Amino acid sequence: MSDQTNNNILDEVTKGEYKFGFYTDIENDLAPRGLTEDTIRFISAKKEEPEWMLEFRLKAFRHWQTLEEPEWAHLHHPPIDFQDIIYFAAPKKKPQLSSLDEVDPELLDTFDKLGISLDEQKRLAGVAVDAVIDSVSVKTTFQDTLAKHGIIFCSFSEAVKNHPELVKKYMGTVVPYTDNYYAALNSAVFSDGSFCYIPKGVRSPLELSTYFRINAANTGQFERTLIVAEEGGYVSYMEGCTAPMRDENQLHAAIVEIITMDDAEVKYSTVQNWYPGDKQGKGGVYNFVTKRGLCKGNRSKISWTQVETGSSITWKYPSCVLMGDNSIGEFYSVAVTNNFQQADTGSKMIHLGKNTRSTIISKGISAGKSNNSYRGLVKIMPGAINSRNFSQCDSLLLGDQCGAHTFPYIDTRNQSSIVEHEATTSKISEDQLFYCNQRGIDTEKAIGLIVNGYAKEVLNKLPMEFAVEAQKLLSITLEGSVG
Amino acid sequence: MLLNIKNLTVAIEGKEIIKGLNLQVNKGEVHAIMGPNGTGKSTLAAAITGREGYEVTEGEIWYKDQNIIEMDADERANLGIFLSFQYPVEIPGVSMTNFMRTAINAQREYRGLPPMPAGEFLKLMEEKKKLVDIHSKLTNRSVNEGFSGGEKKKNEIFQMALLEPTLAILDETDSGLDIDALRTVAKGVNELRSEENAFVVITHYQRLLEYIVPDFVHVMYDGKIVKSGSKNLALELEDKGYEWLKEHSLA
Ligand SMILES: Nc1ncnc2c1ncn2[C@@H]1O[C@H](COP(=O)(O)OP(=O)(O)OP(=O)(O)O)[C@@H](O)[C@H]1O
Ligand SMILES: [Mg+2]
Repeated sequence: MSDQTNNNILDEVTKGEYKFGFYTDIENDLAPRGLTEDTIRFISAKKEEPEWMLEFRLKAFRHWQTLEEPEWAHLHHPPIDFQDIIYFAAPKKKPQLSSLDEVDPELLDTFDKLGISLDEQKRLAGVAVDAVIDSVSVKTTFQDTLAKHGIIFCSFSEAVKNHPELVKKYMGTVVPYTDNYYAALNSAVFSDGSFCYIPKGVRSPLELSTYFRINAANTGQFERTLIVAEEGGYVSYMEGCTAPMRDENQLHAAIVEIITMDDAEVKYSTVQNWYPGDKQGKGGVYNFVTKRGLCKGNRSKISWTQVETGSSITWKYPSCVLMGDNSIGEFYSVAVTNNFQQADTGSKMIHLGKNTRSTIISKGISAGKSNNSYRGLVKIMPGAINSRNFSQCDSLLLGDQCGAHTFPYIDTRNQSSIVEHEATTSKISEDQLFYCNQRGIDTEKAIGLIVNGYAKEVLNKLPMEFAVEAQKLLSITLEGSVG
Repeated sequence: MLLNIKNLTVAIEGKEIIKGLNLQVNKGEVHAIMGPNGTGKSTLAAAITGREGYEVTEGEIWYKDQNIIEMDADERANLGIFLSFQYPVEIPGVSMTNFMRTAINAQREYRGLPPMPAGEFLKLMEEKKKLVDIHSKLTNRSVNEGFSGGEKKKNEIFQMALLEPTLAILDETDSGLDIDALRTVAKGVNELRSEENAFVVITHYQRLLEYIVPDFVHVMYDGKIVKSGSKNLALELEDKGYEWLKEHSLA
């Protein structure tokens, strides 16, 4: 990114308030509060799902009922009352949308306010968007252009209807509903999300992106994304999220599954900016997400890049299972916490194939009274000979009331593989701040500058358009964190 | 008068370092400050520029007709006070271009001006790069990261040239410079010298003063200015050493 953009961004940053905290007053179709088999049947019926889908949900639900909420993460929150949540909220609308004219103008307006235009004419070329508000996908742009290349990019519900064979074949194969508590919950109640299929030999000509927005009150958002890249396929996929400011906590539990065949590559980038709660720690989104990619084919590659600035609680470990020989997994992360935010995030790299390689670069930035933990697992199985992992986990502390923690787990089961782990913890230096001040840059701007510099290695991995947004967010999130 | 320091006492963590110092600088003047290690020269620079932790326990610092001792460091910088650091600081991941553009625009904002257009900024960079003979290889890197000692010092003068301060304090900018770099730095300073600005040059060596000819030379000892004179004082000092001064200050 040019320095100019860099600079404009920092100029633009003004007030430390959450900018996306507005609420759109639209009529909603709501599920009754609480979670029973009936809720699941209600969701499935609303979505006019086939029987096999309902069966999948019910199996997941019955399994979930046998599970306990995990407590191993370095997170503290009052118990979540899963019966006090509305599991499905859909803006009332005409059932089928064939053109933008049919989308509720209030909704279009909402996405405009978020800086996301769903009008294809107005959009910058090169990015196709799937917009998900509360439980349903509102609109997917550029579907026709993509279809010409044989790429399927649509909401998950549409995929269930139009491509059941693909959904059946891949859904739950990377993150089974038995994987963990939130994965089971998601599998039972997931509402919508995105589906993307890249056929053999196709490199997507567009960046694909999904934009998630929680709007309705007391609702949870449970979306599910599935990306499959066939042999030699390539796609860069971006995900963004926001929510209104509310005093009560909202639950978000998502699943993302990625599968890459021989020589295929998927880059998945996230800028997570759910409402983080106020300065006293009231409200905010509980973000429990299971993201995992399976490098199934030889020489295939999956990269996760994430910028996590929002949510009052983040629990998230985008992972790669490196099954194909010579496959590559990458994880680049910047996680910023301020005020009372808590993040427990990191990655898992499971090496199964020969000569597999993985990289983990994690930059944690903590301010205020927040807590920021890196948790990672590198597991090299006996068959994964000559494999390599490099992990680097850096923590930056702003102030002395915040916490940074690192929990790296390493499990190497063969002799020929090499695992390297580096970790640093630093404080933002008074020397650097004074140096900036002495040039006329105030402390708030200086922190934005220094932090963006600190995170640059990761920000550079983001697609251009996202990098701009991410830099702004870093600065905004940390405003008011000193002095 | 541009700068008028009256009876200044500065303490770091309760320990008095500057002990009743007076200094007056007019526009158009160059003042040199010399003195043995640890006498408080850098502390004086920090106090003038408003570094936190340098507590003014007594006295006043008047700059452009206001007492600035309560003012934040960034505001002093925006009023035209510049410090060429004795030990310039590295800021990883922040390019020189980004850093300077942020600084220039912050200063412009303070003066009620709109941000400098990108084209104009790049032209200015080119112009000043030539002035201090600094290579694009350096300005394209992160702020001071991996710069050699001499390169860091040159980079300070480059920043000074870009910001065009009214009062520039150069803290041992000559230390660690080779003879060519010393000449370039001096050339940079001399080209910026005008009737509208002033320089306070802290140095240990008479050599720099051959290139940047001072109007006054002050000798600092134990937190005070113990002797002031013309440029000849620097020569005398070089000749006799600081021992001579000790007697002086005790007398
Ligand atoms: N942060 C600090 N904490 C404690 N003492 C300090 C601090 N900074 C400076 N001092 C002390 O104050 C005194 C003056 O230091 P200063 O750096 O101003 O000296 P100087 O005249 O610039 O020396 P030099 O010629 O070596 O640069 C020294 O004794 C130094 O150890
Ligand atoms: Mg010094």
